[in-house]
Amino acid sequence: MSDTSGSGDWHRRTLEHRGALFAVLSVAAIAVGSVVELVPMFTVDFEPEELEGISPYTPLEVAGRDIYVREGCYLCHSQWVRPFRSETVRYGEWSRGEEYAYDRPFQLGSRRIGPDLHRVGGKYNNAWHYEHMMDPRSTTPGSIMPTYPWLAEWKVDPADATASVTTLASLGHPYEASVLSDVPAAMRAQADEVVADLAASDITVEHDDEIVALIAYLQRLGRDGRAKIAAAEAAAGGEGSP
Amino acid sequence: MTTHPPDAAPAPAYDDDIVRHFFLATVLWGVVGMLVGVIIALQLAWWPANLGVPHLTFGRLRPLHTNAVIFAFAGNAVFTGIYYSMQRLMKARSHDLLSRIHFWGWQGIIVSAALTLPFGLTQSREYAELIWPIDLAITVVWVVFALNFFDMIRRRQVKHLYVAVWFYMSFVLTVAVLHIVNALAMPATLTRSFPIYSGMTDALVQWWYGHNAVAFFLTTPFLGLMYYFMPKAAERPVYSYRLSIIHFWALVFLYIWAGPHHLLYSGLPDWVQTVGSAFSIMLIAPSWGGMLNGLLTLRGAWDRLRSDPILKFLVVGISFYGMSTFEGPMMSIRAVNGLAHFTNWVVGHVHSGALGWNGMISFGMLYWLAPRLWTKVHNEGWVSLHFWMATVGIILYTVPMWAGGVTEGLMWRAFNEEGLLQYPNFVDIVARLAPFYWMRFVGGLLYLSGAVLMAFNFILTIRDAAGGSAPAPVAAK
Ligand code: HEC
Ligand code: HEM
Ligand code: HEM
Repeated sequence: MSDTSGSGDWHRRTLEHRGALFAVLSVAAIAVGSVVELVPMFTVDFEPEELEGISPYTPLEVAGRDIYVREGCYLCHSQWVRPFRSETVRYGEWSRGEEYAYDRPFQLGSRRIGPDLHRVGGKYNNAWHYEHMMDPRSTTPGSIMPTYPWLAEWKVDPADATASVTTLASLGHPYEASVLSDVPAAMRAQADEVVADLAASDITVEHDDEIVALIAYLQRLGRDGRAKIAAAEAAAGGEGSP
Repeated sequence: MTTHPPDAAPAPAYDDDIVRHFFLATVLWGVVGMLVGVIIALQLAWWPANLGVPHLTFGRLRPLHTNAVIFAFAGNAVFTGIYYSMQRLMKARSHDLLSRIHFWGWQGIIVSAALTLPFGLTQSREYAELIWPIDLAITVVWVVFALNFFDMIRRRQVKHLYVAVWFYMSFVLTVAVLHIVNALAMPATLTRSFPIYSGMTDALVQWWYGHNAVAFFLTTPFLGLMYYFMPKAAERPVYSYRLSIIHFWALVFLYIWAGPHHLLYSGLPDWVQTVGSAFSIMLIAPSWGGMLNGLLTLRGAWDRLRSDPILKFLVVGISFYGMSTFEGPMMSIRAVNGLAHFTNWVVGHVHSGALGWNGMISFGMLYWLAPRLWTKVHNEGWVSLHFWMATVGIILYTVPMWAGGVTEGLMWRAFNEEGLLQYPNFVDIVARLAPFYWMRFVGGLLYLSGAVLMAFNFILTIRDAAGGSAPAPVAAK
């Protein structure tokens, strides 16, 4: 085939003979969309009032979240209620962007093999979660969720949890100095409450069992956002609210 | 106006050994990755299939499946095709040492993925789950590959860059950009890190990456393979040179914008969602341009489809590409996504692309290469049988997923006359999906069995070649 054949010849002469130029242009082609879409998200931060009422996860919840990530719960559960009536009736208030401000890595998910979990905090009591995680069929016949009995056996490593919390703090998550100076103590205080609550339902667990941390995380989900949305609605509406 | 892959003069001793390496790795990881897919498919139909072992639960095996099929199966297939075709297109031998570092480095990354993901060591970002030390290793190996690749271009003995090379080049460069930007994270321990982005920003960066993993790992390099192997197998030049110029530039420019279609109706700013959706819809044009260019390469030789199983694989593969790139833009329309998102419909879409396009193109390419790397394929009949197993497997996989996806999507949103949810118990909807999950399992098993048959056929082929009694390799034309 000769170099001068037909239309498109300009492309051959100007680009296909110059590998380096071709490479540069192909990167330029993908740079445009990337810069336009991503850079505004990097530069625009949340306003302080947007973040009001949204707090970072406590150390115990961080440990629980690490377990959630490890077990791949996000592959069956979304944390993202869409603004449709069918979803707000089923799950609760739709998810606002700022509610995820302290979510690293994000857990929005892409599948709903099981139900959305963004508003699951407070939906059930701790004992329900314990039973459900040990055997989902005990609370919900017909479930296809796996059993997670090892969560009642395996222990949270305090050093590991400390590393997570201090790293998140270094990325800007606001923690009190007292929490950062003794992460295991902060975990212990919150864990003891869960342990006592479970004991009231005749369930015996240790404060450092993984299941305790996971329950603390699940019970936390969506609560800050929900409280904030309720407050905003009360302030704005007036007439509708009691 | 047409063009075809230029051919090398009598080989200046190309390195076909490295091609054989990547070839065998493709077959091995293909079988492994699909086997894991079949296991997780079974777990959704029958949860006890995880045997109560933490490492085998759905949440831990699913990332192993996706990593194995995308980076190990499809990845090694692309490298096989690139090392074979680039040397011939450039008339330059690849660099022996760099090729070997690339090969063993990549297999090492795959093995380390298999040794970490089942232990729950993950970053939880879809298609970028691997922990930060492995991310570093990927970066190093990729740089080695890129050096090798661009050095072939630098040393080339032909003047112009054939269209397949454009697609390869865009693959090499864009994947590097995507990987580095998406992997930026602060290590907490040797096995855990937290991304420098948070919340919706993290989600946007990851789906910018995730969608373009589809675009620049599962699409552009496969289009490159199509542009090389389709004209070879059809023994005809590519249909239109001009079309390939237009669709290449339009495809790479548009694709990068499409990530937000994974985040429609989320907390992402509206304008980003709208832009993502609009560019996704526009993508149908360059995608179909590529499909037509591939299919019409067969113009005037359609009758050969009946007798040549390699062409069957390639043509069905390109057709599935057309189908999934029609479906994808439809699913990017907000209202349609409102129904499809989170459902098995997305899984159906994924696998019509993955099994139909990536799988079939890879199989076709491997069958075309085997006689050129070893000797005549041991059993030609099995090649046709594989084709039918794969095709029927894809249908048994995707049709139930589409049906199941629409079923669950409609059930989630159904209200009764009193204005209450018709199916308030989520688990009732889960139960409805069981038959679909079983059918998909059967389809997947059939598709896997086809791949196993192919592996067996290749083992016998290599044995034939080693035995020496068989005919000599088809000379590389
Ligand atoms: C194979 C998919 C799968 C995996 C993996 C999975 N789940 Fe589930 N999950 C389900 C299904 C299906 C349901 C609905 C039936 C039920 O309640 O068990 C469910 C229900 C739930 C519920 C109750 C939600 C509600 O509103 O009623 C919670 C809480 C939950 N899962 C937590 C988890 C956690 C935590 C993990 C990870 C350790 C996990 N799930 C892993 C499938 C899964
Ligand atoms: C025997 C063949 C296969 C079977 C049985 C199979 C099965 C599965 C299953 C059960 C899932 C989980 C779906 C869910 O979340 O509900 C999945 C996900 C996935 N598979 Fe496969 N798979 C096969 C082959 C492949 C191949 C060859 C590829 C790619 C080249 C692939 C790519 C993917 C991807 C990208 C996902 C994630 C989809 C998403 O996030 O929506 N699979 N597969
Ligand atoms: C023009 C081309 C395409 C467009 C516009 C497109 C669009 C989409 C859309 C809208 C989704 C659903 C997102 C959601 O709601 O969660 C999706 C998911 C997906 N598509 Fe495509 N698609 C295209 C082509 C392809 C091809 C060819 C493949 C495979 C080879 C593919 C693989 C995937 C995967 C893996 C996902 C699942 C991601 C996840 O949720 O994990 N797509 N695509």
